[in-house]
Amino acid sequence: MNKSVYASPDQVSETKRHILTVLVDNEPGVLARVIGMFSGRGYNIDSLNVAEVSNDENISRVTIVTHGTSEVVSQIEKQLLRIVPVHSVTNLDQEGSSVEAEVALVYIYISETNKKKVYQLCDLYRARKIENENNTTIFEIAGASERVNRFIKEINEITKVEIVRSGPVAISSIKKNEEE
Amino acid sequence: MNNEITGAEIVLKSLAEQGVEVVFGYPGGAVLPIYDTLFKQNSIKHVLVRQEGGAIHAAEGYARSTGKTGVVLVTSGPGATNVVTGLTDAMMDSVPIVCITGQVPQHLIGSDAFQECDTTGITRPCTKHNYLVKDVNKLSSVFHEAFTIAQNGRPGPVLIDIPKDVQFASGTYEEKNKIIIPSHRLFEPSPDFEKNKIEEGVELISKAKKPIFYIGGGCINSGPKASKLVREFINMVGSPVTMTLMGLGVVGSSDKNSLGMLGMHGMYEANMAMHECDVMINIGARFDDRVTGRLDAFSPNSKKIHIDIDESNINKTINVDVPIIGDVKQVVEKMISIWKEKNYKIDTDSLKLWWDKINEWKEVDCLNYNNEGKQIKPQYAVQRLYELTKNTKTFITTEVGQHQMWAAQFYKFEEPNRWLTSGGLGTMGYGFPAAIGAQVGHPDALVVDIAGDASILMNIQEMSTAVQYRLPVKIFILNNEYMGMVRQWQELLHGGRYSESYTDSLPDFVKLAESYKAVGLRAKTTDDLDNVINQMIETKNTVIADIWVTKEENCFPMIQSGSAHNEMMLSKDQKQDKKSAEKGKILV
Repeated sequence: MNKSVYASPDQVSETKRHILTVLVDNEPGVLARVIGMFSGRGYNIDSLNVAEVSNDENISRVTIVTHGTSEVVSQIEKQLLRIVPVHSVTNLDQEGSSVEAEVALVYIYISETNKKKVYQLCDLYRARKIENENNTTIFEIAGASERVNRFIKEINEITKVEIVRSGPVAISSIKKNEEE
Repeated sequence: MNNEITGAEIVLKSLAEQGVEVVFGYPGGAVLPIYDTLFKQNSIKHVLVRQEGGAIHAAEGYARSTGKTGVVLVTSGPGATNVVTGLTDAMMDSVPIVCITGQVPQHLIGSDAFQECDTTGITRPCTKHNYLVKDVNKLSSVFHEAFTIAQNGRPGPVLIDIPKDVQFASGTYEEKNKIIIPSHRLFEPSPDFEKNKIEEGVELISKAKKPIFYIGGGCINSGPKASKLVREFINMVGSPVTMTLMGLGVVGSSDKNSLGMLGMHGMYEANMAMHECDVMINIGARFDDRVTGRLDAFSPNSKKIHIDIDESNINKTINVDVPIIGDVKQVVEKMISIWKEKNYKIDTDSLKLWWDKINEWKEVDCLNYNNEGKQIKPQYAVQRLYELTKNTKTFITTEVGQHQMWAAQFYKFEEPNRWLTSGGLGTMGYGFPAAIGAQVGHPDALVVDIAGDASILMNIQEMSTAVQYRLPVKIFILNNEYMGMVRQWQELLHGGRYSESYTDSLPDFVKLAESYKAVGLRAKTTDDLDNVINQMIETKNTVIADIWVTKEENCFPMIQSGSAHNEMMLSKDQKQDKKSAEKGKILV
C-alpha cells in the first residue's frame, strides 16, 4: 500500500479478504466514526452492513468486508478498538469457521424469448420471485457472496438486469456454551 | 422537580466537581448562556484569549505542565473550527483536553444557520471522542464521561458540543460518582495484565549485552512517579538511555546514563547506539518517523521490547518481539520487582564494552558548532539561556522549527513536565499560548517560549492576553528573518532556492512588545546577550527578547529523510548520497 521508505519492510504477507464484525453502541455518529477511521487511515471497505441487533442494550452490529495483508488488518482491528463506542472487533476469518450470507434483489428484464431460461436459472439458484403491485419480475437471492456472484454473472448472459446487494453479513459458527 | 438547574449551570457545576480551576476561552452567540453563568460564580477562573486557537494551545500548555486536564470554552462555527488545529495537536501528543463548543439551537441545526458548522463531524478524527448533547438531563453524565475519557488510558482531547437551547433548558444534575461508564468505553488493563510478557521482557533485558532504553512522552503522561521508576530501573540495569522529543526530562540530562535526544536532530551517540544495540526497550514511545529514519535499516540487529498503553502502536511501523500493553508506571514497577526478585544482573564486561563504544561516539561531539565572532549563534543563545535559568524553576515551551530543535539539543532538562513542545503535529504558533497556559498553572515559575521569528507571528495576538492577566511570560525569539527549517531543507534538498522562506517586513519586536505595554529587549551581538537574558528574567512583566542570530545557520546533526540512524549528517560538508537524497526528497 505505502511504498515510501517509511513503510514497514516486513509487509510480506499476501493481501486477503477479511470479514470484521464490530459491535458498537447504537449512538449518533458511531457509523461515521467507524468508516471515517477507514478513509482517514487509507484502509479499504469492500462492503459495509449495519443494523441494530439488540433492542434492549442498544447495540448494533457492523459487518465490514475489507482486504489487506494480515499486518494491515490487525492494525485496522486495533484502530477500531480505540473508538470509544466500540465494544468488540472480531475477525471472522481468523476465527476459522463462520457462516456468511448476503441478499441481492434483481430486477430482470424479461421477454417471451428469454422467459424460460430466466425461470430455469432462478429455480436452479433458488432465487425467489417477489410479488409486487406492478407485477414486475424482481427476484431475491440470498447466500454466500460467491453464489450471488455466479447467479448474477449467468443471468447477465441471458438478459439485462438491475441489481442491488446488501453486502455480506457473517456470524461465527463455532459452538458456544449455550446458557439458559 | 425543584432541584432542576439550567444546562449552563450544569456545565459549570460539572467543571467544578471535576476540580477544574481555569477555563481558556472566547465568548460568542452560541455560548452566551454559559458565559452568563460563569459571570455569576467565582470558583472557576476564565482566561480570555484573543483567538480560539490560542485558547486550546494555552489549555495544552496548562495540562502538560500541571498534569491536569485543560478546559476550553468557545462558540459555534468559527469558534469551533479555530480549535481544530489545537485538537489535532493534542490528539497527536496525547494531551488531556475537554473542549466545550456552543452550537446553534437544535431547531436550526442543518439549516446553515449563522455560525453553524458540523462541529462533531469536523472534529471526529481529531478527538478521542466527541458529543453533541441534545438532552439537558444527559449533560452532566456526558461531562463526567468526557473527563474520564480525556484522562484515561492514552490521554487525548474530548469535545462536547452543546446547542444553545440545551444550555437554557432545565434539567437535573448527576454527581460524578453516580455515573457508571461501561468498561468498553475506557482502557482498563486487567490487574494481572501481560504478566508473562513483562517477565519475558525483563529476562531479555537481563541477558542484553548492548541494551538501550528508548523513552517517550508516554512516561510523562503516566505521571511524575513513572519518571522516577524509569530512572530507578535504568540505574539498576546500568544501561544507556535516549529520549524522544516528547520524552525529554523523564531522565535528567545530567544523568550519567543519558545520551540525550535521538532522531532526526538527535545526538550522534544516541542514534548510533539505537542502530547497534542488541536489546531495545521502548517505554511510551511510538517509533515515530522522526525517530526511526529509514525503516528497513532501523536498529537491524536488536530484539525490541515495546511498552505502550495504546495497542494500536504495537507493530504499527516497527515489528517488536515483546509487546507489553499497559501504563508505564505499573509496568515498570512490575519490571523492577521482577528484576529484584530474580536477582538479575547484566554482564558487566559486555556492558563496559558497550559504554566504551558509546563514549567513542560521544567524542564526535556532534553538537559542536563554530562560535566565532560577535554575531550570536542560535545554539549559543540557547546555551546561555540555559546557564542563566538553570537554578530557577523554569518551563520551556517552543514553537516549531530550527529553534525548537536547538532548544531540545542545548537546553538541559532535569525534570519531567518542564518542556512543552508540539511534537507530533508540529504546530507553529503553539509555544506562546502554551507558555501562557503553563504560567497560569505555575504563577511563580519562570516560563520561557523559545521562538522563531516566523512562528511567533502565528499567535502574536496573545500578547494582549498575557498582558491582561499580568502573566510574566518570556518570549525568546531566535530571529534570523527566515523560516529557518524550511530554508535549511531548501538549502540541502532544493538547490538553495529559498522559495518564500524569507520573511520580509518583520515587525520591530521591541516596539511590538511596547505597543502591548509589555517589555521589549534586543540583543544584537554576543556582548548584549547575557545582559538581555538577565534583564528578561528579572522583569516582572511579559517580555519579548529579540535575539538577532546568524541568519543561515543549519541545525545539525541531522538524519536526512530516507536515511538511517548510522547515516547521520554532522555538517553541511557531508552530503547525503544522491540516490537516498532523491528518495528522501519526497518525504516530509
